[in-house]
Amino acid sequence: MSQQQSNEKSAASLRMVDAVTAVIIFVIGAVVIWDSYRLGSKWGSDGPESGYFPFYIGAILCAASVINFVNALREKSVADGGESFVSRGSFRMVMSVMVPTVIYVVAIGGIGAIPGIGIYVASAIFIAVFMLWLGKYGWGKTVSVSFAVPIVFFLMFEIWFKVPLPKGPLEAMLGLN
Amino acid sequence: MEEINSLMHGFAVALTPMNLGLMMVGIILGVLIGVLPGLGGANGVAILLPLTFAMGNTPAGQVSAIILLSCIYWGALFGGAITSILFNIPGEPWSVATTFDGYPMAQQGKAGEALTAAFTSSFVGAFIAVLMITFLAPLVAKFALRFGPPEFFAVYLLTFCSFVGMTKSPPMKTVAAMMLGFALAAVGLDTVTGQLRLTFGFTELLKGFDFLIAVIGLFGIGEILLTIEEGLDFKGMTGKMKMKVVLETWKELPKYWKTSLRSSVIGCWMGITPGGATPASFMGYGVAKKFSPTGANFGKGEIEGVIAPETAAHAAGTSALLPMLTLGIPGSPTAAVLLGGLLVWGLQPGPMLFEEKKDFVWGLIASMYLGNIAGLIVVLTTVPFFAAILRIPFSIIAPVILVICAIGAFTVHSSMFDVWLMVVFGVIGYVFKKLDYPLAPLVLALVLGDRAEDAFRQSMLASQGTVTIFFSNPLVGSITTLALLMLFWAPLSSVIKRVRR
Repeated sequence: MSQQQSNEKSAASLRMVDAVTAVIIFVIGAVVIWDSYRLGSKWGSDGPESGYFPFYIGAILCAASVINFVNALREKSVADGGESFVSRGSFRMVMSVMVPTVIYVVAIGGIGAIPGIGIYVASAIFIAVFMLWLGKYGWGKTVSVSFAVPIVFFLMFEIWFKVPLPKGPLEAMLGLN
Repeated sequence: MEEINSLMHGFAVALTPMNLGLMMVGIILGVLIGVLPGLGGANGVAILLPLTFAMGNTPAGQVSAIILLSCIYWGALFGGAITSILFNIPGEPWSVATTFDGYPMAQQGKAGEALTAAFTSSFVGAFIAVLMITFLAPLVAKFALRFGPPEFFAVYLLTFCSFVGMTKSPPMKTVAAMMLGFALAAVGLDTVTGQLRLTFGFTELLKGFDFLIAVIGLFGIGEILLTIEEGLDFKGMTGKMKMKVVLETWKELPKYWKTSLRSSVIGCWMGITPGGATPASFMGYGVAKKFSPTGANFGKGEIEGVIAPETAAHAAGTSALLPMLTLGIPGSPTAAVLLGGLLVWGLQPGPMLFEEKKDFVWGLIASMYLGNIAGLIVVLTTVPFFAAILRIPFSIIAPVILVICAIGAFTVHSSMFDVWLMVVFGVIGYVFKKLDYPLAPLVLALVLGDRAEDAFRQSMLASQGTVTIFFSNPLVGSITTLALLMLFWAPLSSVIKRVRR
């Protein structure tokens, strides 16, 4: 792969992400051990206590991540010709999906005291944003697709399968709740 | 023969108009799932599982539900080949090996031949695997009736150890992913002591992590993120299926019976031991390359290079249901999701299933024969339609799939928290995939965690805390030894190689 274009530049080295992941998994393992210890990881009066099995899980988790951490450090850094975890261009692409997705999930259910707008309206906006922004579609196509998909899902889930999905003010206004 | 009678009874159970209809719906949905990026067998079945909750209330409904879900699985197995051959994009991980020779064939204008060969060998692989299940599963189940908790734990151990020994990922990463699954499975209420584990006061965590959410996130969202990274531009060959081409290819295929047979055996083996369809397809391809007289031409468009991985992948995908039904241990993530379905419908997978739920088991096995025949017909006739779906740009497909994943995650427990969890699992899936942490052991550990722990606790109770119980009789001893052998397979085999030299 060529390294000249700015899009090809590494956003993070494989080595670093690998090492950080190992550390995070180690911390999870430590938390599991700690909680098992709290619950009792030994042999109780009536058999193994709650933390008996998880204790070993945590211990193996920690041991494995130490080895993974050491292995990660042995990899080459990007400067020495090591692999890149993700290039800047790719990272931008991934974020262009991740950020709208997080906003979408907030929009469905709301956050804290703010109520959500329901899954159908949120889905319509979500699809429209993708089509306009990433797909560069015209308004006509965008509106027809982004309206049609939630309507099909509404018919399928609310009416056919009778599985209620999160709804918001629009559905309340239309009396569809 | 008893099995034949049971199978005939199974056909009687499965052959209702309702079930045949569900079979077709399942296959078509499955192929669609297999063709679309980000939707695969495991998360496709996971998303549709909540829709069958209501069906599972009656014994007949349980049969219908499993037929629907298993047919989605068969469809997904078939569908993966379409994108591999026409677009050089594997729709499923198990069809990566199919791209090696399938796409060059399509470039040479032989897409029809390649597709026919792929579908037919998929069918052959699945058929041999179903035959094996028909005759082997009752024996395994009968044998497993003698199993107590130590034996079951030893089998779980074997399952997880063979992951470490068999997968291509670094062994310690496999161990870490697996233990992460076990840790996630431990979260929530401990049913034996009634204590709360790893919840840290969060009420959302009381129920623990549902593996369906994990599957939808890890495989669905994770896959979308990986796909978008490539900056997707679907440019593919057109797939026209002419009856003449199909018939001519069929005339060619019997020549390669040795390759098919070899791949079927590899596939069946990899499916029963939890290797799964993906390594099976690579192994099938590699072995065929080694044995074929035209092995040097592999990768340039040899039809044998399509037959070998497809047969192995389908044989593995199908035979993964054998340990799922007989022991309650799924051989692949998708089989794990199906097992989750059984539990939701109130069925206990394991040897007793063959004694108590004969209708269900044999109805399912019969539907596997029918489903694969239906699958072959569906894919041979509808390729152009599915190829057209792939021409829909990614900027429409991606948000729609994300919406489907969100709906799927929500419907499992009608909880918004689960949708958030799905997003988190999606990021984990993306990072893990790139760092070569395998996802299958994580999912299987999450599914089997509680059951493995119960078996371990009961064994420990019986032995008053000494691990020698896992060597206390020849049966459990040999399973445990086999498990340890699998665990240290990689270092052992390198030692053996060195000694031979």
